[in-house]
Amino acid sequence: MAETIVDNARAEQSQPALKVGGFELASRLVVGTGKYVSYAEMAECLDASGTDCVTVAVRRERLLNTAGENILDHLDLARYTLLPNTAGCFSADDAVRVARLGRELLRDLGNKGSEWVKLEVLGDQKTLLPDPVGTIEATQRLVDDGFTVLVYSSDDPIVAKKLKDLGAASVMPAGSPIGSGQGILNTNSLRICLEYLKDGDPEYPVIVDAGVGTASDVATAMELGVDGVLLNTAIAHATDPLTMALAMRSACAAGRYAFLAGRIPRKRYATASSPESGRIHESF
Amino acid sequence: MSHNETQTERSMIIFVNGQETQVSSGHTAHDLLLDLGFEKRPVAVEVNKEVIPRALLPDRLLREHDQIEVVTLVGGG
Repeated sequence: MAETIVDNARAEQSQPALKVGGFELASRLVVGTGKYVSYAEMAECLDASGTDCVTVAVRRERLLNTAGENILDHLDLARYTLLPNTAGCFSADDAVRVARLGRELLRDLGNKGSEWVKLEVLGDQKTLLPDPVGTIEATQRLVDDGFTVLVYSSDDPIVAKKLKDLGAASVMPAGSPIGSGQGILNTNSLRICLEYLKDGDPEYPVIVDAGVGTASDVATAMELGVDGVLLNTAIAHATDPLTMALAMRSACAAGRYAFLAGRIPRKRYATASSPESGRIHESF
Repeated sequence: MSHNETQTERSMIIFVNGQETQVSSGHTAHDLLLDLGFEKRPVAVEVNKEVIPRALLPDRLLREHDQIEVVTLVGGG
């Protein structure tokens, strides 16, 4: 048993950890590049997190004052696979346009991330929860257009299954609303998502996207058996982002090992860890 | 603004990132990037909601009231 676990741990270190479509990543953490106080801090945190895949957004170039730095000046494209998102899109039409612009940008950069997209079609500004109808439509169109689609979804198992059936390379259920820091609010739904998405297809990658507040949230998600976690604000807005990046890296590894190891069942009453026999006050 | 002197007599209105912009008729999408000083920047260009691959920008003649988006990558989650 112990040897199996150690073998699993070794296998974890020697193989690509996370496989999504044709993409292979060494780390199970995908880290966002938004909200850092500086590009220098962002670069340090990405390094500390151990990630080799970072998300980026597509936005209008400033027509004036264009002398400012570009994020690409601070991202080693040989090290990181970029995952362009469609954040801020509230319709399938907009999301498809942004995905295609992202693909063109990354093709021009020669980054292999050009062929995939983190699809977000949002329902409203207040919750930033996904619009399931628009998400389904955009998934279909982008899959047809040849994209490897990683799709941000709610934790609804029925929607998750539909997205997989449409050809999404990974379904990424939200733990809780984007940037809310509430962690994994519905572990039961997430378990059902995992059961449905991995039914007969245990390698199908499921990534928790959004809601992480601190390291234990990452560990909780990984212990449930998700394949990876995507987070941004929890590092970028921590009091000490660099130390939090290290915490997330450790939590991801701890959660993964705990999942592989298999936790003990929960029991209502105590079970002594020390022997029952041989106690000094025992009578004969 | 155009590189073709014979076509600089007339100008037209286009919209770049939502801003009304005047350029010479005969301008291409590539000419526009040169005007903006973006030729070496990491940008992608969309004309009337259609992405134009970078290599094809010199072939894409702009027309009156074209809606152009010039985008880049920024930090995001």
